[in-house]
Amino acid sequence: MSPGESSGTNPARDAVLAAVRRALAGTDRAPRAARHRPAAGRPADVDLFVERVRDYRAEVVRCRPDEVAGSVGSALTGVAGVVVPEGLGFDVDGALVDDGLGARELDAIEGVVTLAAAAVAETGTIVLTHGPGQGRRALSLVPDLHVCVVAAEQVLADVPAAIEAVAGQPVTTWISGPSATSDIELIRVEGVHGPRRLVVVLVEPRS
Amino acid sequence: MSGTFVGMPAFPEAAAEALRNAQLRTNLAHATGTIRAKRLAVVGEVEGWEDLRRAGAAIKDEVLLHLDEHLVELERNLQAAGATVHWARDAAEACRIVSGIARSHRVEEVLKIKSMVTQEIGLNEALAADGIAAWETDLAELIVQLGDDLPSHILVPAIHRNRAEIREIFLREMGGVGRPAPADLTDDPARLAEAARLHLREKFLRAKVAVSGANFAVADSGALVVVESEGNGRMCLTLPEVLISVVGIEKVVPTWSDLEVFLQLLPRSSTGERMNPYTSTWTGVVPGDGPQEVHVVLLDNGRTRALADEVGRQALRCIRCSACLNVCPVYERTGGHAYGSVYPGPIGAILNPLLQGPGHDEQTDSLPYASTLCGACFEACPVLIDIPSILVDLRAQVVDARRGGVPGGEALAMKAAARTLGSARKVRRAERIAGLVGRLDLRGRRLPGPGKGWTRERDLPQPAREPFRAWWKRTGGRG
Ligand code: SF4
Repeated sequence: MSPGESSGTNPARDAVLAAVRRALAGTDRAPRAARHRPAAGRPADVDLFVERVRDYRAEVVRCRPDEVAGSVGSALTGVAGVVVPEGLGFDVDGALVDDGLGARELDAIEGVVTLAAAAVAETGTIVLTHGPGQGRRALSLVPDLHVCVVAAEQVLADVPAAIEAVAGQPVTTWISGPSATSDIELIRVEGVHGPRRLVVVLVEPRS
Repeated sequence: MSGTFVGMPAFPEAAAEALRNAQLRTNLAHATGTIRAKRLAVVGEVEGWEDLRRAGAAIKDEVLLHLDEHLVELERNLQAAGATVHWARDAAEACRIVSGIARSHRVEEVLKIKSMVTQEIGLNEALAADGIAAWETDLAELIVQLGDDLPSHILVPAIHRNRAEIREIFLREMGGVGRPAPADLTDDPARLAEAARLHLREKFLRAKVAVSGANFAVADSGALVVVESEGNGRMCLTLPEVLISVVGIEKVVPTWSDLEVFLQLLPRSSTGERMNPYTSTWTGVVPGDGPQEVHVVLLDNGRTRALADEVGRQALRCIRCSACLNVCPVYERTGGHAYGSVYPGPIGAILNPLLQGPGHDEQTDSLPYASTLCGACFEACPVLIDIPSILVDLRAQVVDARRGGVPGGEALAMKAAARTLGSARKVRRAERIAGLVGRLDLRGRRLPGPGKGWTRERDLPQPAREPFRAWWKRTGGRG
């Protein structure tokens, strides 16, 4: 018995797999044709990334490495309650460090600061894999303002490059602008259930 | 249980009704026109879009031709990641599984992420029968659910409602099922969205069990993918303790890197965005993050029937982007309700009959006639589904089924047309044939069976005497 053959314990499984095999009986199951591969080594355009993030009506702040804490602080002006994940790498004034806060506790907090795992220039997307400095998924979801710090060298050219960069990660979140809906008369409204404001702090080396 | 709304009139009557509904027509024309223009702009940005479409089609074909192997691999990787995998032959079985899991946690409610497959299996109704309320969390679905209504478009299901009606529905209905709408609610879309945010936030925070679909299921890693805009998906995937995902067996893609193709094709074809606001991927149970009990229900419900249809099989490539709806002249004039099914528009006209088989019921049998065969859907489809050829083939099957299996004149003519369409690679050629078939079917004489009703309704869209692209050039889509 090869793997995937009848185990004798799940009739529905056996029936579905048998129906698939019946449906394909007599069909030529030749191996598929060569697949599309990403255009290799396309350099990422950081200016394009900034433009595309702003297209979603998210804010972008560009700064130098020694200005990160200051830029994050300005983005948080007037925000009541801030939470940060462990491993952020810099201090945020008065912020709570997440130690497994409940959903209701998170709901009472207005802002969150995280890092990202990668970003995509072509689509203005940031990608989180929820490791250190990025926090578990609920953290960057429940508060109303998400400040995300992205290093310029994390910006990749396109979606295929980012897919490759986060391969093997058990959980990923791809964020392109603030949450949005066009469900009412097709009028775009930023901010439904996810953060209504997204601020990307882009850290560029001194040149 | 079937994917067809019970008690719906067959397409011709429903279409006539919808044509009299001026608001639906105006809203739909606006919606489809707007999304069409956005889609063309962002598709035009991508170098090698045609290569991407071919890649998408090739990956899906690979999946379909080796579906048994990919499903077994998916199951193994899901289990390795801590998910419990269930299999369901049909809608009733899938509903029993979901309801059983919910009842084992003694919950009275579950949260839902908009998913066509759970509509297809009638999950909300099945849960209600077991005393469990299923709350839709997508804004449009919430409007539809609170308005005790039917969705009219895959992507913007409440497009038939205007803002004043939505305000009234919220004011009238929200209080009965949770946090009421603010008394000073206006019909400003931002205020309406805010009311939905507040109403649903309370439900997200207390949710124990959520039910989702999945846009893709990755065999080699066991990852499921949900593509969305509002963040209700992320809420449902993250906050509850238990997550149940109902996944059609055709949703499998072989490898993680295949996502690079579909995450480009889907948002641009669907909402006309470079990327949708949120895409989530997760692999079973993620320790310390999100639901710690994860179930995946792999659903057949007619898909293996469609898989056995050599012409129709390619319909299972569909990634539910709704691009074919937005370019369809019939859909634009009649709306989604007229199809009487969860899957409207050109994809619905082939998918419903393929899932259920010809001769199943009048409504489903009439769907392959809900088209002028103009070919615009084929031209728009990101996975190159040749909808016109499938329609023609299905018409032949319907006629056969209704003649007791003996092919008659129409059936033979359509089979010939199907062969021609199938071998035609150029849409231009398909358009010429479409004009021919249109005249043959609809002008020359009336069709027997389901086609008859369709030809009776004279104010319905005319067959494509003028090819779609010529019409489009002349009118810019407004004609
Ligand atoms: S048939 Fe093609 S265009 Fe229509 S919804 Fe499916 S993938 Fe999109």
